[in-house]
Amino acid sequence: MLKLNNGIKYTLLTGAVLALTACANTNKTAIEKTPDPVVVPDQDTNPVETGVVDELPIADYAMGSQEHLDDIANASLVYFGYDRYDLTENARSSLQLQAKFLNEYSNVNFVIEGHCDERGTREYNLALGERRANAARNYLVALGVDSSRLSVVSYGKERPLSMSNHDQNRRGYSRVK
Amino acid sequence: MKFNKIIKIMAVLLLPYTSLNLVLAQDVLQVDVNDAYAAPIPIAITALQGNSSFLLSGESMADYGRKISQVVSADLVRSGLFKSIDQRAFLSKDINILRPNFKDWRAVGAQDLVTGSIILQENGRMKVEFRLWDVFGGTRIKGLRYQALPKDWRRVAHRIADAVYRRLTGEKGYFDTRIVYIAETGSYTKRIKRLAIMDQDGKNHKYLTSGKNMALTPRFSPTIQEITYLSYVNDMPRVYLYNLDSGKQEILGDFDGMTFAPRFSADGNTVIMSMAKKGNSDIYAMELKTRRVKRLTKNSAIDTSPSYSPDGKKIVFNSDRGGSQQLYVMDENGRGIHRISFGKGRYATPVWSPRGDLIAFTRQYGGEFYIGVMRTDGSGERLLTKSFLDEGPTWSPNGRVLMFFRKKPYDKKGKGGETQLWSVDLTGYNERQIHTPRDASDPAWSPLLR
Repeated sequence: MLKLNNGIKYTLLTGAVLALTACANTNKTAIEKTPDPVVVPDQDTNPVETGVVDELPIADYAMGSQEHLDDIANASLVYFGYDRYDLTENARSSLQLQAKFLNEYSNVNFVIEGHCDERGTREYNLALGERRANAARNYLVALGVDSSRLSVVSYGKERPLSMSNHDQNRRGYSRVK
Repeated sequence: MKFNKIIKIMAVLLLPYTSLNLVLAQDVLQVDVNDAYAAPIPIAITALQGNSSFLLSGESMADYGRKISQVVSADLVRSGLFKSIDQRAFLSKDINILRPNFKDWRAVGAQDLVTGSIILQENGRMKVEFRLWDVFGGTRIKGLRYQALPKDWRRVAHRIADAVYRRLTGEKGYFDTRIVYIAETGSYTKRIKRLAIMDQDGKNHKYLTSGKNMALTPRFSPTIQEITYLSYVNDMPRVYLYNLDSGKQEILGDFDGMTFAPRFSADGNTVIMSMAKKGNSDIYAMELKTRRVKRLTKNSAIDTSPSYSPDGKKIVFNSDRGGSQQLYVMDENGRGIHRISFGKGRYATPVWSPRGDLIAFTRQYGGEFYIGVMRTDGSGERLLTKSFLDEGPTWSPNGRVLMFFRKKPYDKKGKGGETQLWSVDLTGYNERQIHTPRDASDPAWSPLLR
């Protein structure tokens, strides 16, 4: 049920991303085209060629790359509560997108990083980060991902993203390997 | 003649380092200084009187005598137990180091007096003598002689300070010691963390690692020559040993999970640490000689930051097995686990005092961090410091002073965040910053050097 639901979400999100990217591309093309230089009529013998347009890729990253995963609704990141390692509904949604991603790109492996905010002591946070990374890992395995494709590393409070917003620092990050 | 002497000194200066030779003079009488903590003891520390021998650096022994007295004075003042009388206030101009004029010293309010001499010998070693006098009784209460190479003059000074401290307070000193810590550079999100070492007063500073691999939580072996710490080599956080003599590092054990929070036993034979696997952290002890590993806790909670009692029979650690992070004590074999902290908030990083009677810890409560101490049964809790982020106490070897790190918060403009080493007396007084070249965290105090 949940899976199906999120599958749809994924499709919708991916669709939205595609649509946005497509829009951006159209705009880009349009902008590139606007400052049309004055066409100096040279020789009549060569008819003006129009209509040949190179198809631009829908994204400027490789499929199955970190950028790709980051781009899918920011699916590489999951957030945790203060001193918590249980997965929120949002975290589960992101992990479901990750599972789908892994399913689609079978040559991709993940290193799942566990991070904490600085409002805890260093050693405890190393353990907590490891718990968080494993919570994410276990959920991916439950979704059918082969556990050999997943490794974990805890950074405790050593690699924050934000100085002041601790919500952003309590996170799991899936790094494409 | 002079040229000859310089050659001789040069030759001796090139000799390999040998440890300080300590020649003991005599103890004379005991003075009761039980009330020493009420007010700092006023002490007059005169410059050691030097002969006219010059070193190649151009400095004379008189210069060394002045430098040594300054370091002795700085050590004693920093302890908070002494007040050093300004040398400009001294009435005696020609100080008789063997027969001080006690009347002059009483007049400037000195309770105790240090005199001494420094001579460069033919063998290239300095002969340093000091005498400690009780000004009111007019008696000599301590005298020691040291033989040392000129380059070790700071250590001589710290040992004089230790001897004076011990004679006047009745407790062992802690000045001839070193601090290993983590030097921090770089931006908030890309912090570079290196092992660094320095004397207890911040001098003789040296980086031990390059910063390529993140280093955390160093701790001294009681044998001094080794440090255990956490390093992220190839993105694998593991416990390492670092040998200070050879500069060599080796991974400790072959664990398939993260190992962290290492600490030596008091006899130096065992390293106790945490290992995290599948989201669960438990405590393990490794005998260094055999590398045999023994698992001590088996609980789904986070069990970490273990620390042995000085006799090696007990272990204090923190665990969230009761719901929140609290302190627990167990026997060395992992049996008899019982909780000792019951206050509000969280308790972390427990460290058993070298005297065995107290446990220092970090406490988090109400959005603040505290450094505190409690008895080993959890009673008599006292909080010594408080700030936005105080963490990770380490004991001076005599159990009188705690060093820790303090991080300031960032303001809205992103300024702040300074991370520095601080020390505080067991009484909660005498909070002082230990100055380091860059930001600093995770201090660990060495035992007394030998």
